Amino acid sequence: MPTFVRTDKCDGCKGQDKTACMYICPHDLMMLDKDGSATGHAMKAYNQEPEQCWECYSCVKICPQQAIEARHYADVVPLGGSVQPLRGTDSIMWTIKFRNGTLKRFKFPIRTTPEGSIDPFGGKPEAKMENITKNGFFNQENGYRAGNPAELIRK
Amino acid sequence: MAGEFGKPEIVEEEVDILLIGGGMACCGAAYEIMRWSEAAKKESGIDLKIKLVDKAAMDRSGAVAQGLSAINTYIGPEQDPADYARMVSNDLMGITRDDLAYDLGRHVDESVHLFEEWGLPIWKTDENGERHDGSKGLPSLKDGGKPVRSGKWQIMINGESYKWIVAEAAKKALGMDRIQERIFIVKLVNDKNDKSRVAGAIGFSTRDHKVVVYKFKACLLAAGGCVNLFRPRSVGEGQGRAWYPVWNAGSTYAMAAEAGAELTMMENRFVPARFKDGYGPVGAWFLLFKAKAVNALGEVYMDRNKEMLNDYPPYGLAAVPASCLRNHLMLKEMKEGRGPIYMDTVSALAKLRETLSPREVKHLEAEAWEDFLDMCIGQCGIWVGENIEPEKKNSELMPTEPYLLGSHSGCCGIWVSGPEDLGAPTAEEHADAGKVPAHLPSGWSWGYRSMTTVKGLFTAGDGVGASGHKFSSGSHAEGRMCAKSMVKFCIDNKDWKPELDTDVATLVDQIYQPVRTFLEHKDYSTAIDVNPHYITPKMLQFRLQKIMDEYVAGVATYYTTNEHMLKVAEEKLEMLKEDALKMRAKDLHELLRAWENYHRIITAEAHMKHIQFRQESRYPGFYYRMDKNFVDEENWKCFVNSIYDKTTHKWTVFKRKHVDLVDKSKLFKPAAH
Repeated sequence: MPTFVRTDKCDGCKGQDKTACMYICPHDLMMLDKDGSATGHAMKAYNQEPEQCWECYSCVKICPQQAIEARHYADVVPLGGSVQPLRGTDSIMWTIKFRNGTLKRFKFPIRTTPEGSIDPFGGKPEAKMENITKNGFFNQENGYRAGNPAELIRK
Repeated sequence: MAGEFGKPEIVEEEVDILLIGGGMACCGAAYEIMRWSEAAKKESGIDLKIKLVDKAAMDRSGAVAQGLSAINTYIGPEQDPADYARMVSNDLMGITRDDLAYDLGRHVDESVHLFEEWGLPIWKTDENGERHDGSKGLPSLKDGGKPVRSGKWQIMINGESYKWIVAEAAKKALGMDRIQERIFIVKLVNDKNDKSRVAGAIGFSTRDHKVVVYKFKACLLAAGGCVNLFRPRSVGEGQGRAWYPVWNAGSTYAMAAEAGAELTMMENRFVPARFKDGYGPVGAWFLLFKAKAVNALGEVYMDRNKEMLNDYPPYGLAAVPASCLRNHLMLKEMKEGRGPIYMDTVSALAKLRETLSPREVKHLEAEAWEDFLDMCIGQCGIWVGENIEPEKKNSELMPTEPYLLGSHSGCCGIWVSGPEDLGAPTAEEHADAGKVPAHLPSGWSWGYRSMTTVKGLFTAGDGVGASGHKFSSGSHAEGRMCAKSMVKFCIDNKDWKPELDTDVATLVDQIYQPVRTFLEHKDYSTAIDVNPHYITPKMLQFRLQKIMDEYVAGVATYYTTNEHMLKVAEEKLEMLKEDALKMRAKDLHELLRAWENYHRIITAEAHMKHIQFRQESRYPGFYYRMDKNFVDEENWKCFVNSIYDKTTHKWTVFKRKHVDLVDKSKLFKPAAH
């Protein structure tokens, strides 16, 4: 159930050192056809192994031109539907079109902090070597569940 | 010098710790390890060199790449790690390591609290019992906020960017100069002077013509489970729509096995019953929307066939019967001709509408769609193509092709050292103890938490066997535990220098062989894919899938096999493994596929050998040995473990004793919890 790249929208991520879809695809499916020898469309990306596509939409969501869509598997799904996201920095909007024309739209939050704002160790203690073989992590976030010792029947 | 196709540049690097993989487990390790490494430098003057390699991009790699609609392991302040260990045990038919499950249970919430701090929206219940999505500013879990439980252990999230968020923290903690993406590690290399130790790893870039050779003191191998070793139900364009991520190629199990690590419970598999064809999640439908699964006549098969649960005491008698047994009851309907099986979404939503306001109904509809959109968009693709609106039309359910994994509802994987404070066995005391190969450790702990039986080799997530049900959060927490013990291991071995047991030129020849084979023979025939001198990785995969499907209890035989079928599979797999040496790779992408499929073959062979060894059918509904179609508690309530000899290509399979560390009988008393 593969994704496909629209010839009218893809610009090959010109001016960047790599295309966004090639960068992100977890299964190494997206390729930039630099000279057009593979697809007849020079400087445009394509899905080189559509039958290996998990339809995770990572390429669809990251494409700066919104040039990538999914045509759901031809060996399984009747034609005519589409599920298309527009992913922002704090939410994602979905446009869902049924084969019979029914249309639905949903918007969901995706994160509560600005992208890139994570300060991984900010305000957190340093680790102490004396604790390295003890239970727990370098910091405590009120989530360690010590457990009732009476439950351990071999101790 | 830049490499070219067939003549790769060779890059050698020595580090202290290599993290192989970029999923939840390695992200957890990447986060935790930096603080301990700083402490090691400050207090012991040891400056550890650490590196992470991922075959994809960390923002979207691993099983959480697409996102998730729930965190399936959150213990919460009201439940005890022992309750969690009990649930894990029962769902996996009694044979799990309580020490590993319990230890995970006491640590896992720490990671969930971090995810929320980093920006993951977690649904909350307000004081009136109404549900709110995670952006509404209700108190965080850490500060006593109440999550929305879609089950005893699961909490709902707005998880489209779950992996993106967790990766951001990991990348920042580790620093991008310690991370290299698009590097696929293919083999571990043992130490020249100590074969029971790992000293390095070799892999290649999928972007540049470059082979990388690492030497290290310790490594975390956490490269996921195994998908597509069985023929999938969809064999055309849809074969990529596996339930678990299609890029999980068994690399964790295969590389560990070849390095000599002891595997455990490789006979275990997971056959999820999911929405047909798209494999959309069913958890929220069952648990949050209270839907029932029914046969074509509208009968609830879990009620209709409930006596069948009595055949499998005590696992069928818990409030929530083991997952495999739920499949077992469903399969009866399918085999006796009462399919299709449906999730009765229409009745469930109608019932909920009776008590809800129009605003709440609209919210409910959004929740149902979000459940798929956050983690399985493909299922929405099927719904729109087939005009399925869940309030108007029921959806089919189907048990999938088998998957091998250790972090979800499965427990195959690697035998690791557990915690020392929970009363786990310290010796081997059982009738078959003498059959455990002498060089392997006794008991469940040998010094470093999560270290395998190979010195310096650690694993987490799908890699750790005999536990299961850790899911995304537990895999992250398990990676963090590894980080600590790897730092300790490196401090304890600070003067030790790794030496590879094979010279670099030979290693490079081995992993670039598919390219050389292609270049040598490509002009023999006119059709690039049909050539007697090589086999394409794709055809190799089809052959593997055909063998596994037809002889090792795939969907073709309704998950049944017997000793005779396994014998045939054994022979065919041996020839397949020989032919794997004749794989071709016409480009770097195909070289990636070639080695992924080699890893699948080794994993599949382990699965077959373990099923062959275990003289019973421990997981009815997942697989049936029809010649041993029963659960034998007296003789087979034990771990089945194995080691592989990479020189002779032979497996040694043996038993280890199972022991309960928490009282399981509590599961079976009414209203115990």
